[in-house]
Amino acid sequence: MLQGGSSKSTDDGSGKLDKETQTKIGQQLRAMYDEVVRQGVPDRFAELLRQLEKREDKEPKS
Amino acid sequence: MKIDAALRDAVLAAVPKLRAFAISLSGNVDRADDLVQETLLRALANIDSFQPGTNLQAWLFTILRNLFRSEYRKRRREVEDVDGRYADSMVSHPEQESQLEFKELREALAKLPQDQREALILVGASGFSYEEAAHICGCAVGTIKSRVNRARTRLAAELSISGAEDLGPDATVQAVIADKSR
Repeated sequence: MLQGGSSKSTDDGSGKLDKETQTKIGQQLRAMYDEVVRQGVPDRFAELLRQLEKREDKEPKS
Repeated sequence: MKIDAALRDAVLAAVPKLRAFAISLSGNVDRADDLVQETLLRALANIDSFQPGTNLQAWLFTILRNLFRSEYRKRRREVEDVDGRYADSMVSHPEQESQLEFKELREALAKLPQDQREALILVGASGFSYEEAAHICGCAVGTIKSRVNRARTRLAAELSISGAEDLGPDATVQAVIADKSR
């Protein structure tokens, strides 16, 4: 078997990126994520919980 | 079983973040919403196993993540779901123009191994700590850290954001072509 460590990439081996690159990736990820978060709760989910609630109300109380 | 109103509201309030997580994982809005719905049903059916005072969001994320993984495994068995084809299946809704803005990022994310993708999203976008992410994924904190690091490195290469911006594959190929045509 091959021993690890044959370096085919040019990074420093730790896989660490410089701060600036990390920041850029973080910003992009959060922007993409927050765009969905800002859409709020779609009706189907609020409706789903209302339906479940109704069903529970009909159950006989013990 | 009666669900406490405050708890139900807290579950509903977590929906936007659950959707964002599901969309980032699956790259597909419709699939993501189905996943969120299944997560809610599963969560409410098992609400008794949630310990009040612990992190509700992390608990919900764990359910969603496990559902996604079991579905993903199933799909893998059904079709040869190679990374490339997975990326091709990504849906960008036409009415959501801004989705286009993140097209490149989503494609790059889709090329990441599943483990790395979820670790990066949990820590880098959802804002969980390494410890919380480790708990959600059921692995060691060190494992999460190295997955996040590898994911970032790969993403940076994929998006060619780094100091070597001008040395993207396109530039390299063009340079070779230019050289040959001389």
